[in-house]
Amino acid sequence: MKSLKHLFGIADLEREQIEYLVNLGDSFIDINRRPLKKAPTLRGKTVINLFFENSTRTRTSFEIAGKRLSADVINISASTSATKKGESLLDTGQTLAAMQPHVLVIRHSLAGTCEFLAQYLDNTAIVNAGDGAHEHPTQILTDLLTLKQAWGSPEGKVITMVGDIAHSRVARSHLLAAKKLGYTMRIVAPRTLLPAEVERYGCEVYHDFDEALPGSDAVYMLRVQTERLTDSCAFPSIREYHEAYGLNSKRLQAAGDDCLVLHPGPMNRGVEIATDVADSVRSHILAQVEHGVAIRMAVLTALCGGQAKERKTGSRKKLPDEAMRAQGTLL
Amino acid sequence: MSNTIFDSKRVNPALDTMARAIREGADDGNDIYMIGIQCGGAKVADALQHRLKKSAITVHRGNLDISFYRDDLDTVGPNPEVRPSDLPFDITDKHIYLVDDVLYTGRTIRAALGEIFDYGRPATVKLAVLVDRGGHELPISADIVGLSHQAEAGQSVKLITDPEGWYIKQRRVKR
Repeated sequence: MKSLKHLFGIADLEREQIEYLVNLGDSFIDINRRPLKKAPTLRGKTVINLFFENSTRTRTSFEIAGKRLSADVINISASTSATKKGESLLDTGQTLAAMQPHVLVIRHSLAGTCEFLAQYLDNTAIVNAGDGAHEHPTQILTDLLTLKQAWGSPEGKVITMVGDIAHSRVARSHLLAAKKLGYTMRIVAPRTLLPAEVERYGCEVYHDFDEALPGSDAVYMLRVQTERLTDSCAFPSIREYHEAYGLNSKRLQAAGDDCLVLHPGPMNRGVEIATDVADSVRSHILAQVEHGVAIRMAVLTALCGGQAKERKTGSRKKLPDEAMRAQGTLL
Repeated sequence: MSNTIFDSKRVNPALDTMARAIREGADDGNDIYMIGIQCGGAKVADALQHRLKKSAITVHRGNLDISFYRDDLDTVGPNPEVRPSDLPFDITDKHIYLVDDVLYTGRTIRAALGEIFDYGRPATVKLAVLVDRGGHELPISADIVGLSHQAEAGQSVKLITDPEGWYIKQRRVKR
């Protein structure tokens, strides 16, 4: 298996690497359940969480993951960073990299931020904690760990994902992973919330939720991301959206007795998911949160492992003209 | 090139002797708490537990995977096959037997002790190993040793748990 240098998205991972990270995450679950939640695995490592978008659970999850493995974790959010004072993304990245962290965890509203920075920061492993509507690899690895606990393997299963597919980086990561791991993605959304030509991912597309339910092994509800909807034409009203695309107990019955309910959080009760479903025994939503910490421990460990060979003293790279122009546009 | 240094005719009596030593070390009526290090140590601990069943002593079993406590993450990277640790009892104030298959540098035992103390504060920890192959790099030695052997630094000594009979193999490896 190829060793991991960065984690940008599912697109760059081989099946073997995905399974390795999920299995490694599985073995970290236990540490989080002990009375003394600390292991020395990442002692002496520095992890910087650089968040240009608001996030509570992902940032907290990375922070807990790093701290429970004895790494030093520093959180930087855009509202308090030099970005507000006019510093470019690349300068922020290079400044932080000059402080010699081992891992930089980045969330940004623009797709490809991590790949861009990785070209210029030699000694730092970069983890994508969500880039625009592109990918969110640690969330999907978390989902895969939850599914591993429930099913053993997702191969041959049908996951029905409902909601704002167009703005969902989790959806994109799942569509890519489904092909690599051999499960079927059924996506359900009004046309206004689907990306153009979504069929090319090889998924099944439905506009009627009730038609998609029979034969589903899991129903994955997505939050209606009101902050990303640029206009209010996607659907007529929240109440109407709930009627057509909300998961309630009657719908869940139609999916069969063994169907699991997943949600990446935060939930909007009464919008995409009804309270009785969110709190039912079939809901694995809190398990997903627990597994999120374990997966992030696995990702940090995998990226820090074997770094001794690669780390060399850093120096500022001279930027090509193209990058100088890119800096301007990424501000 | 590999050769067998102890065949099953030597390994089985060694396990019997170890089980006897553990039984004799236990106070009357006291339970024994035995922790095997994944995965060779866990198998040896299972074999010892099986032998101790014939006596009146209750044996509690747990397993540790010390992958996250190793000191070589920087150089070798994480172990691709990590098994979950499983300690189904509270270890505080207990007398613990830590069991491994082969004792070499002592680094695994150091890591295991670190992990045990993250679960609680045992009264005592004793180390039982099936083979002590020499070459210790830390001030760690076993309280109960099944078999002793002096292997050179470039040799790997392994327990092979063949269903036909367990044996110990030695093989030259690159260092």
